[in-house]
Amino acid sequence: MSLAHRIIPCLDTDGARVVKGVNFVGLRDAGDPVALATRYNTEGADELVVLDIAASRDRRPTFLETIRRVAAELAIPLTAGGGIRTLDDARSVIRAGADKVTVNTAAVARPALISELSREFGAQAVVLAIDAKRVDDHWDVMVRGGRDSANRDALVWAQQGVELGAGEILLTSVDRDGTQLGFDTPLTSAVSRAVSVPVIASGGAKLPEHFAQIFSEGAADAALAASIFHDNVQSIRELKQYLSARNIEVRLPC
Amino acid sequence: MNVTLIDYGAGNVTSVERALARLGVRSQRSRSPECIGRAEALLLPGVGHYAALIRALDERALRAPLLDALQRGIPFLGVCLGLQALYETSEEAPELRGLHLLPGAVRSLPATAKLPHMGWNQLQLTRPSRLLEGVSAEAYFYFAHSFAATNVNSEAVALCNHGADFAAVIEKQNIFAVQFHPEKSGEPGAQLLQNFLRLAA
Repeated sequence: MSLAHRIIPCLDTDGARVVKGVNFVGLRDAGDPVALATRYNTEGADELVVLDIAASRDRRPTFLETIRRVAAELAIPLTAGGGIRTLDDARSVIRAGADKVTVNTAAVARPALISELSREFGAQAVVLAIDAKRVDDHWDVMVRGGRDSANRDALVWAQQGVELGAGEILLTSVDRDGTQLGFDTPLTSAVSRAVSVPVIASGGAKLPEHFAQIFSEGAADAALAASIFHDNVQSIRELKQYLSARNIEVRLPC
Repeated sequence: MNVTLIDYGAGNVTSVERALARLGVRSQRSRSPECIGRAEALLLPGVGHYAALIRALDERALRAPLLDALQRGIPFLGVCLGLQALYETSEEAPELRGLHLLPGAVRSLPATAKLPHMGWNQLQLTRPSRLLEGVSAEAYFYFAHSFAATNVNSEAVALCNHGADFAAVIEKQNIFAVQFHPEKSGEPGAQLLQNFLRLAA
């Protein structure tokens, strides 16, 4: 009896439609976040992340409606993020049905945002998303969708974020994202050992071995992926069976 | 039957409401002492800070009607903070008084484990449970908390472990409570809610 390692599909949306991972299989409406969420719920996903990657102000009501529709169908935790800059932004996403919010660029610009959210919703609802990129002997925090360096050490930022009240770190390797070469084990392991909260590894997953490795060597508590699930490269059910057979604790779907 | 959700303003009321709706059950939110006094069944959801829940109960004058309803045998289900509120106090806000329906204090889980205790975990049944009827012993439930009832007492019918054993399911006559989130725990969670509704009917 111990805490299961979580498998988390991520839906990147433009507010209304899923925009990353285009070869959806077996869905009548491939880009519909609700259809995908329902499928993952049934397949045994442990949690779902829905991001608004456009994060423009005028599309916000559409994104909130998406969260509402997804949350109504989901019997597992839902994390929402993208463009959350203020307590009010977070409040509206949580009222729409999200259990947790992710903050990234806005928290780098104004770290007090993390404390404000943590005080209002509790640390378990605040996920600090960190995009990290290897530079010489360390990892730099990247902002604005991984494009610009924040000139900040990712390990130090993760620790600060936890001190400020983040209850979880969503760690994306900018170097590995989109490569399908596997998760960034050294990065994940370094962050996971540096902080006292759960770490979700993200970026680079393709094969079941990648997940096994990030849970064992990478000390990740959860692993996130997008297109490999959407495109049916990897089924969540089979992935969990693979991990379970290797004595990695997972919650097997019924 | 109509379930009254105690809406103290900071809880995960919407998620619970939806979980009940998926089971075809009508629920109504309430933060008025009168409605709580008239409720057929009560559900206290909760996430976030213990202080927010206890303060809201007192500021909205809900403590007395709630305790009175429980005394009269009205079925009650506490979720997460709704379980922690049943104890005397909590280390999260030692200056505040809990509902004191159960003895002892809620404490922080040991820092030897990663906190919050977040994710899916299994239970260890200590005696037959009405809430867990029909739920597989292997089932996982979703937890998201850092504080817990580690001074496990006889009312705990199931425990969980994360750095320490703690009460995961409480059953004491008409008072039921769970530390995890049944509204977010897939099929087993739905079964548990269904069991509560059946017991409450």
